[in-house]
Amino acid sequence: MQIFHRSTNTISRATIFGAVFIIAILLWGSIQWQRSPYVTYAKVARPQPVPFSHQHHVAGLGIDCRYCHTSVETSSFAGIPPTKTCMNCHSQIWSGAPMLEPVRESFRSGKSLVWNRVNDLPDFVYFNHSIHINKGVGCDTCHGPVDRMPLMFNYASLQMEWCLDCHRAPEKYLRPREQVFNMRYEQPSSDKPATLDGKQYTDQLSLGTDLVHKYNLRSVADITSCSTCHR
Amino acid sequence: MDEPTTPAPVIEPGYTFGTVTDKISSIVLTRPTSNGWLLGFGVAFLVSMGLLYAVGYLFLRGVGIWGVNIPVGWGFAIVNFVWWIGIGHAGTLISAILLLLRQSWRNSINRFAEAMTLFAVACAGMFPILHLGRPWLAYWLFPYPNTMRVWPQFRSPLVWDVFAVSTYGTISLLFWYVGLIPDLATLRDRSENRGAQIIYGMLAMGWRGSARHWARYETAYLLLAGLATPLVLSVHTVVSFDFAISILPGWHTTIFPPYFVAGAIYSGFAMVLMLAIPIRKFYGLEDFITDRHLNNSAKVMLATGLIVAYGYGMEAFMGWYSGNRYDSFLLWNRLHGPYAFFYYLLLISNLAIPQVLWIRKLRTSPFWLFLISGVILVGMWLERFIIVVVSLHRDFLTSSWGMYYPTRWDWMTYVGTIGFFLACMFLFLRLLPMISIFEMRTLLPEAEVKAE
Repeated sequence: MQIFHRSTNTISRATIFGAVFIIAILLWGSIQWQRSPYVTYAKVARPQPVPFSHQHHVAGLGIDCRYCHTSVETSSFAGIPPTKTCMNCHSQIWSGAPMLEPVRESFRSGKSLVWNRVNDLPDFVYFNHSIHINKGVGCDTCHGPVDRMPLMFNYASLQMEWCLDCHRAPEKYLRPREQVFNMRYEQPSSDKPATLDGKQYTDQLSLGTDLVHKYNLRSVADITSCSTCHR
Repeated sequence: MDEPTTPAPVIEPGYTFGTVTDKISSIVLTRPTSNGWLLGFGVAFLVSMGLLYAVGYLFLRGVGIWGVNIPVGWGFAIVNFVWWIGIGHAGTLISAILLLLRQSWRNSINRFAEAMTLFAVACAGMFPILHLGRPWLAYWLFPYPNTMRVWPQFRSPLVWDVFAVSTYGTISLLFWYVGLIPDLATLRDRSENRGAQIIYGMLAMGWRGSARHWARYETAYLLLAGLATPLVLSVHTVVSFDFAISILPGWHTTIFPPYFVAGAIYSGFAMVLMLAIPIRKFYGLEDFITDRHLNNSAKVMLATGLIVAYGYGMEAFMGWYSGNRYDSFLLWNRLHGPYAFFYYLLLISNLAIPQVLWIRKLRTSPFWLFLISGVILVGMWLERFIIVVVSLHRDFLTSSWGMYYPTRWDWMTYVGTIGFFLACMFLFLRLLPMISIFEMRTLLPEAEVKAE
C-alpha cells in the first residue's frame, strides 16, 4: 500500500535542495538586518524640540563647529550649547518666530532645552572627542556632511566594526589638524595635491602615514586593544 | 579457572529474521504504554521542569544565583558540562570504533547508546551557554561576520570547545539518524496506524531496501563511522585543554587529554550499563542484551578505570617529583584541605570499588553491575568537581583563597538535566526502536553466507 502520493518524491527533493537556499537567505538576511538603519538608526532624523538645521547654520551662515560645541578640542564631550548661545543671535533676529518659542521659553525660565541625543554611543564605550580632534580626525569623518543636514542624524552606524575600520588603519582617514573643522575637506589626489611641511602629497595613504608619525599616534595594537575603549 | 572456550552468545539461539523484527518493533508499535513508563516519564518530565524553572530564574537574575564567585569562577556548570560530555563518549565509541573493529556484539547496544550520547551532549551543551553572563549572546561564540568586526579568540581552548562539541553533536546526530533509516522503514511498513505510517514514512526518506540502497547505505555508514572515530578522542581532548592550557596547578598537566578520554569512556560505559540493565529487564530483552554485553562493557570499564587510576597516580607523582611548591601544595590540599572528604570519596568510588570487576561473577551480575556503574558515575562527577573546584579555590596567592558552596539553583540545574536526559530516554524508548533491528538480523545464523 502506498502511503505517499507520487509527487512526494519531487517535493522531498525540492525541500532538501531548497533548505540550503532558505538557510543561506536567512543567514544573509540576519547579517544585513543587524546593519540596517532599523537597528542602527543611521541616517534617520530624530525628533527635536526645535527643528534646528545644521545646514542653515553651518553651510548657510558659516558658523564654525566650535562656536556651539565649545569643548570639543579639550574635553571628551563636544558640548551642547546653552540656550544663551542661541540667544546671542536670536534675541536680535527671528526674535518673534513661533518656531523658536521653546528657545525663548527656555531662556526665560532658565530650564535647558532637552535635545534628543543623536550620536549616542553605548555606555560601555569610552569615547573622547579631544584626542580625535588633536590627532587629525575631521568632524565629518565620523559625523558625515553635517553642513548638508537640515535635520540631524547620525551618519555612521556607530557599530564597533565602524570604529575599528579607522582604528585598525588610521592613515586612511587622518588629515592635517588645521583641516579638522573643514566640512568640505577632500583627501589629496593627483588633481588636488596637498602640501604639508613643504612636502607635496598626491594620495591619502602617504599623507596619512606621515601624519601618524607627525601626531605621534599610538600603535594600532594600542588603539585596538579592548581596554582602550572598554575601560 | 574454568573459562569457557566460547564466549556467551551475542543473541540467544532460536531467533529468525522475523522474530527479531517482531520483538523489537512490537515494543514501539503494539505494546501498550505501560504504567511504569508513564510513571517514569512523568517523574523525569517533572524534574526537567525543575530545570526549566532554574534556568528561567537564572536568565532573570544572572549567574549570581549560583555559588560561583572569585576565586572559584567555574563551579557546577563546568563540572556538569564535562561530566555529561564524557558520558556521551560511550555512544560514539560503541557505534563507530567498535563498528570499524568489527565487534559485532555492539549491534545490540549501539542504538540506545547513540541516543544516550545525543541526550548527554544536549545536557552538556546547555551548561557552557548557561554559565555565560549573557546567555542570549551565545551566538557570539561562533565566528561570523559580526558588526563588531572581531573574531572569537582562536587561541582560546574555549573556542575550540565550541567547534569540538558542535561537530560532535552534529556527527552523532547524523550517525544515529542514518543508522535509524532502515528501521524507520520497518516501522513504517509494520505500523497499522495511518499517522504513524506517515511520520515514520517521512523519517524513512523513501527507504525501500533495494540492493542499491543497501550498497550506498553501507558506504555512507562506514564513512560516518570513520568521521566519528577521531571525534571520540578529539572532543574530550579539547575539553581537557580548557584546563590543561591554563597555568593553574592541577590543570596545567600534559596527562589531561588521555586521562580525560579514558575517564569519558569509563563514565560513558557506566551510563550505558545503568540504562541497559533496567531496559533489558523491563522490556524482556535479555535475549538480545546478553551477559556477554554486560561482561564486555564491564571489561571496558575496568580497562579505562585503570587508565584513569594511572592518571591520578601520575598527578600525585608529579606533585612530588616536579619539586614545584604549588604543585605539591595542590596534592597536600587534595589530601588534607577542606574538600579532602570528596577526594577520598573519589578515590574509593573511582579506583577502589571498580576493582571488584576483576571478578567474573560480578561482571555478569546485572544487580552488582548496576550498583558499580552508579558508583563510577558518582566517582567521575567527583573527579571533575575535584579538578575544577579544588584547583581553583586555593591557587598561588593565599590572599585570594576562598571556598565554593553550590546553591540550591546549582543543584536544581544539575538534577534538572538528569531529568531532561531521562525524559528524552523515555520518549526514545517509546517512539523509536531501541535496538537496531537490521543490525541484529545480521547476527543471526540465517544471515551467514554459506559457500555452496
